[in-house]
Amino acid sequence: MDKGTCCCGCIDEKEQMLESIMQKHKNRKGALIPILHEAQELYGYLPLKVQRKISESLDIPLSEIYGVITFYAQFSLKPKGVYNIQVCMGTACYVRGASLVLEKLQERLGIHIGECTEDGLFSLEVCRCVGACGLAPVMMINGEVYGTLNPEKIEKIIEKYEKQGKVQVK
Amino acid sequence: MQIYRSHVLICNDSTCAQLDSGKIMEEFGAQLKKNKLENEVKVLTAGCPGMCEQGPVVVVYPEGTVYTMVKPENVKEIVEEHLLKRKIVKRLLHKDMMEEGDTPAKALDDTKYFKKQLRIALRNCGIINPEDINEYIEHDGYKALEKVLTGMTPLEVIDTVKKSGLRGRGGGGFPTGLKWEFAYKSQDDEKYVCCNADEGDPGAFMDRSILEGDPHSIIEAMTIAGYAIGSKQGFIYVRAEYPIAVKRLDIAIQQAKEHGFLGENVLNTGFSFDIELRLGAGAFVCGEETALMTSIEGKRGEPRPRPPFPAVKGLWQKPTLLNNVETYANIPVIILKGPEWFASIGTEKSKGTKVFAIGGKINNTGLIEIPMGTTLREVIFDIGGGIPNGKKFKAAQTGGPSGGCIPASHMDTPIEYDTLVQLGSMMGSGGLIVMDEDTCMVDIAKFFLEFTVDESCGKCPPCRIGTKRMLEILEKITSGKGTEEDIEKLEILANNIKLSALCGLGQTAPNPVLSTLRYFRDEYEAHVKEKKCPAGVCKSMIHYVINEALCKSCGICARNCPVNCISGQRGEPYVIAQEKCIKCGTCMVKCPFKAIFKNV
Amino acid sequence: MKMVNIKIDGKELQVPENYTILEAARQANISIPTLCYLKGINEIGACRMCIVEVKGSRSFQAACVYPVSEGLEVRTQSPAIREARKVTLELILSNHDRSCLTCVRSRTCELQKLAEELNIKDIRFNGEMQRKPMDDFSPSIVRDPNKCILCRRCVSMCKNIQKVAAIDTVERGFDTIVSPIYNLSLNEVPCVTCGQCINVCPVGALREKDSTEIVWDALANKDLHLVVQTAPAVRVALGEEFGMPIGTRVTGKMVAALKQLGFAKVFDTDTAADLTILEEGTELINRIKEGGKLPLITSCSPGWIKFCEHFYPEFLDNLSTCKSPHEMFGALLKSYYAEKMGIDPAKMFVVSVMPCTAKKFERQRPELASTGYPDVDAVLTTRELARMIREAGIDFKSLPDETFDDPMGEATGAGVIFGATGGVMEAALRTVADILTGKSNEDIEYTEVRGIEGIKEAKIKIGDLELKAAVAHGLGNARKLLDRIKSGKADYHFVEIMACPGGCVNGGGQPIQISEVRSVVDISKERAKAIYEEDRDMPIRKSHENPQVQKLYKEYLGEPGSHKAHELLHTHYAPRESYPDIP
Ligand SMILES: Cc1cc2nc3c(=O)[nH]c(=O)nc-3n(C[C@H](O)[C@H](O)[C@H](O)COP(=O)(O)O)c2cc1C
Ligand code: SF4
Ligand code: SF4
Ligand code: SF4
Ligand code: SF4
Ligand code: SF4
Ligand code: SF4
Ligand code: SF4
Ligand code: SF4
Ligand code: FES
Ligand code: FES
Ligand code: FES
Ligand code: FES
Repeated sequence: MDKGTCCCGCIDEKEQMLESIMQKHKNRKGALIPILHEAQELYGYLPLKVQRKISESLDIPLSEIYGVITFYAQFSLKPKGVYNIQVCMGTACYVRGASLVLEKLQERLGIHIGECTEDGLFSLEVCRCVGACGLAPVMMINGEVYGTLNPEKIEKIIEKYEKQGKVQVK
Repeated sequence: MQIYRSHVLICNDSTCAQLDSGKIMEEFGAQLKKNKLENEVKVLTAGCPGMCEQGPVVVVYPEGTVYTMVKPENVKEIVEEHLLKRKIVKRLLHKDMMEEGDTPAKALDDTKYFKKQLRIALRNCGIINPEDINEYIEHDGYKALEKVLTGMTPLEVIDTVKKSGLRGRGGGGFPTGLKWEFAYKSQDDEKYVCCNADEGDPGAFMDRSILEGDPHSIIEAMTIAGYAIGSKQGFIYVRAEYPIAVKRLDIAIQQAKEHGFLGENVLNTGFSFDIELRLGAGAFVCGEETALMTSIEGKRGEPRPRPPFPAVKGLWQKPTLLNNVETYANIPVIILKGPEWFASIGTEKSKGTKVFAIGGKINNTGLIEIPMGTTLREVIFDIGGGIPNGKKFKAAQTGGPSGGCIPASHMDTPIEYDTLVQLGSMMGSGGLIVMDEDTCMVDIAKFFLEFTVDESCGKCPPCRIGTKRMLEILEKITSGKGTEEDIEKLEILANNIKLSALCGLGQTAPNPVLSTLRYFRDEYEAHVKEKKCPAGVCKSMIHYVINEALCKSCGICARNCPVNCISGQRGEPYVIAQEKCIKCGTCMVKCPFKAIFKNV
Repeated sequence: MKMVNIKIDGKELQVPENYTILEAARQANISIPTLCYLKGINEIGACRMCIVEVKGSRSFQAACVYPVSEGLEVRTQSPAIREARKVTLELILSNHDRSCLTCVRSRTCELQKLAEELNIKDIRFNGEMQRKPMDDFSPSIVRDPNKCILCRRCVSMCKNIQKVAAIDTVERGFDTIVSPIYNLSLNEVPCVTCGQCINVCPVGALREKDSTEIVWDALANKDLHLVVQTAPAVRVALGEEFGMPIGTRVTGKMVAALKQLGFAKVFDTDTAADLTILEEGTELINRIKEGGKLPLITSCSPGWIKFCEHFYPEFLDNLSTCKSPHEMFGALLKSYYAEKMGIDPAKMFVVSVMPCTAKKFERQRPELASTGYPDVDAVLTTRELARMIREAGIDFKSLPDETFDDPMGEATGAGVIFGATGGVMEAALRTVADILTGKSNEDIEYTEVRGIEGIKEAKIKIGDLELKAAVAHGLGNARKLLDRIKSGKADYHFVEIMACPGGCVNGGGQPIQISEVRSVVDISKERAKAIYEEDRDMPIRKSHENPQVQKLYKEYLGEPGSHKAHELLHTHYAPRESYPDIP
């Protein structure tokens, strides 16, 4: 399995960074969740090998770490799409038709909540109020907020990202 | 992930577009860049908010400030004043935010929108630069801390808080002074002060505004609390979904330390106190106090049985004081102005003010702070500007998934802890969602149950399985398959889950159902007996029909129907094949002759 | 302890201030239903079956975790309380695979008992059931999530007591499940197969992998020569399955039952235990004399061995190379005994009746097949044997006492006490002391290594050697002890480790006692008492004095530690991966 090196034999930078994240928090009480946050930021999700490293470093059983990860909605065991879509299901958005937005997206992308399209381009999630209730219903794509949505708007937005493809513009 | 703290909406519909809203848009872009705000403020184009005669219209959220007749040359001022310094440019405000006869030059605080408000917790929000400690200090910041550390004993501090009558703003309304006293009395060498900044109610963002707009007030209050109960370490548990709040808190903690208000030997008094930030990870239940502490400890955020209470055995089994953000925000003012001043505001049993986040079917969505005892009517019509599109007010929901709704018949009840509980709702943390005649109350109950089912931690069966069963019954009812027996079952479940669940989440989860059953039982009954959704929301019970007399056979509806279930020929009225219709409502919107109706 | 005055159902009571409402109520003979509660192991207030009304409190409170305080007033019964308990139980049942008729826990199931006690006649709140695949890939443990009620007793046991943490609570809300990571099988994670989780599960969500069918088939096969051996801990617990008090010795009835079931020979694993002592004792003496790796750690608990392979590979060289007694026995049966009786070992079928689920895993280790055939062909737990006895219609309680068969039926008191924590140590000391001093010592009861304390230490003067010994039972205690040794904070010559808390008497295959019973009786203690009684009644109480064993060395093995002995009686260990790779 993984030996801390990538295919070209150089040192795996991410692993080194993970190491320093763990060093930074190690002596804090209750360090697990802060470490998971930063590790997820680093890897995009929390693969088993990362969980193992954290388990060894903090001396917390792997099963407990896995239990923690699956408890919190923000932690993910699966890689996300290039474009992660989060549909707000907060109250304000709901009363203004968020479920129609969600339906439309599921139908358009052919995936359910929590899934990623086959080409890895889109993943779909629901989230709670993002504080843009004035624009309800709202969704975010990689953090960018789209408000006052309706099915037509969604179609256009998705098309835009499809055209953009995998070259992600920062 | 990128979340913006403010959104600027520029109306781009026909009228405004003609009035150069495009230019305004460009100018905003340039000005934001100049002030390095492009990652904090997002500019969007929006549809017509219906004030065309005063266009171009620019709305700034989350405050919901409406600027009218904006010219490109005004943009600089809006960016620098409002978005940077959080000062409202009164001159450009929309007339609705003022009362008739006011001149636009009238002070903001005197407008209809603000007159009924009183800003204590939000006193500095939008007024000071939250990233500059000096501005906080200029506004009496850290004076309370100084007063406490140099002239008051811990018991005097606790006494002051007790006398003020302040009650927890996080939902329960527990007397804050008493809580401090309990934590003070628990003997231990280690104690903790926690701040609950996990604001999880959907549609509520009061705490976020305080954290982002006035982070030092929280730090000051926690330090005071630390001194009062004998603790050296504080934790702020904040939602990870609030990155700007996190950033501002970080900066504030840093600055407070540099200025000697935090850390070792605070203000050279020998008292030491430190604060650490802890981020949540997307679990509503972590707002519950014991779950919050379990989460800080690095575990699954599952609640623990109480007693022992946190004041006795909290974080890492040590005595712990936990208060909500807004609760803390009141502390420095209480110390400075005295408990009597604070106690003079509000009602007999609920002192001070409460911040609400108003949303839903209301004209002015946004944050307001009102003295306890203000009526719902004042909030909705005087401050909130009433219901859009001339619709009828039906109910207001407070307390989020733990709360209930207040129907129109109770509009004049003063808003305070105990009256709301009597009405079957609760103060909650301050989310206030307004519903109009088009809202189906069964559907709303279902929505909240969906939320609790999603957020239940799963530890105890009444909540884990019980709320799920309640949701299933509600789904059955809203899909037209419910029976009268189902309503009975709902009630049995609701009453017993309330009594048996382990924590506040489960104990309050049935409230949305119980309160809608209490005030809108007829709607439930219409669903099960007549298979009708009076508000026309529940899809299985509505039908779209074409009025033969009005149909001009244009065929537009048929072309727009996503499932092709409308057919017809020239000269004859079109018809909808009901068995295929998915009730999306597109046809009704598209028909240029308003010939399609929704039958409920 | 300070006492406080409280009132339960109108009764004035004085109870210690560290009591919970549940404990106080039980003292007053007021019964409160419980489901998730297991004294000392799982006190988390999760299931809400024990709810009571506490004066001044808005909602009901869980009696099992609510501490008493001066002036507390409690009601344990009222129509509202009864209804709330019923609703909760119906909710649990609405998400439960209610197949009692084919469930291994029918009759001993705490959920079933509650449903009967609370007079559940109808489940009003049916709805979606959580359906998850069954995990029966482990050779020892079967996990059926559809019967799990999420009480988390197993998690507490595995994580907090055994410190293995093979399972934990995963996901949340309605999707919550108790499971290994990534829904893996117990077979793919570092589960040490100790079966302790089974013993604490209130329902049939955890059980042993059933071997009764294999044994019935073997019994029906006329070509096979069927031999059965029974471990010492079985005879002091089997009676519980037939309603006898905890700690009843049923050695004679057990042998009679096995004979009735049709086994050709019924042997006593204790004989092999004596053999173990000779082999292990010799190993200890050699290591002390020749400066070998110390401490020597016992190897007769396969749960412990697997644990060591997963978590403490650095101690593998410390382990005694001795096979566990029943494996030694199996190897000898298929060699020495087979030769002597003129039986083809291929036609032999050796069944071990054990208090242990780990031995089901151990049995299928490829290295435990000295004769080319598996040393042991099937392992039955005490519970499975009881099931077979019932299935065969044997009236266990009225069976006459019968004795083990010869040869290899003879055992000593030293072999018997293997079943309790400290027993292997004590048995070894009896022999080592005699060998090292060259005389027969009278003082053979080493009480310092007996008892329920988690880690026991002893310094024993044997001649001019001061032997430092330690005993740990339960893997959490083993961890503590090993960490102490690792960090240099302690050093010993000899260490006994048993995977199960209390040793084999409390093994994962023993009769299950429900929470209510475990709250008032220490089952390990009662069963251990019976073991030590059996020891006291034995004419021979030292392993090296077992004539059978002496004969075996003379006729076949040579001497302890000989080449032949190594071939048949010893084994080796290797570090074990704990988890598969998942991207
Ligand atoms: C399910 C649940 C969620 C809660 N969420 C919050 C929250 O988001 N913020 C908050 O301050 N209090 C929340 N509370 C209330 C807290 O448990 C606690 O009572 C409060 O933070 C105490 O502070 P206070 O006395 O200042 O109000 C929640 C309670 C429950 C049961
Ligand atoms: S009531 Fe719900 S959230 Fe609270 S402990 Fe029970 S399952 Fe968890
Ligand atoms: S409601 Fe939608 S599906 Fe039904 S007829 Fe109209 S357009 Fe078609
Ligand atoms: S769009 Fe309206 S007018 Fe045209 S065919 Fe449809 S119903 Fe008739
Ligand atoms: S676990 Fe208990 S209740 Fe469930 S099927 Fe088995 S015996 Fe019946
Ligand atoms: S208890 Fe009832 S269901 Fe079960 S076997 Fe007897 S008769 Fe059948
Ligand atoms: S058998 Fe032992 S190690 Fe395996 S899950 Fe059960 S308690 Fe844990
Ligand atoms: S498997 Fe058994 S012990 Fe474990 S949680 Fe489920 S019911 Fe409880
Ligand atoms: S202690 Fe006994 S019952 Fe437990 S695993 Fe070891 S040998 Fe088996
Ligand atoms: S509810 Fe959707 S942004 Fe607030
Ligand atoms: S077009 Fe801008 S307000 Fe109507
Ligand atoms: S909550 Fe007390 S027995 Fe489960
Ligand atoms: S079962 Fe054989 S000694 Fe434990």
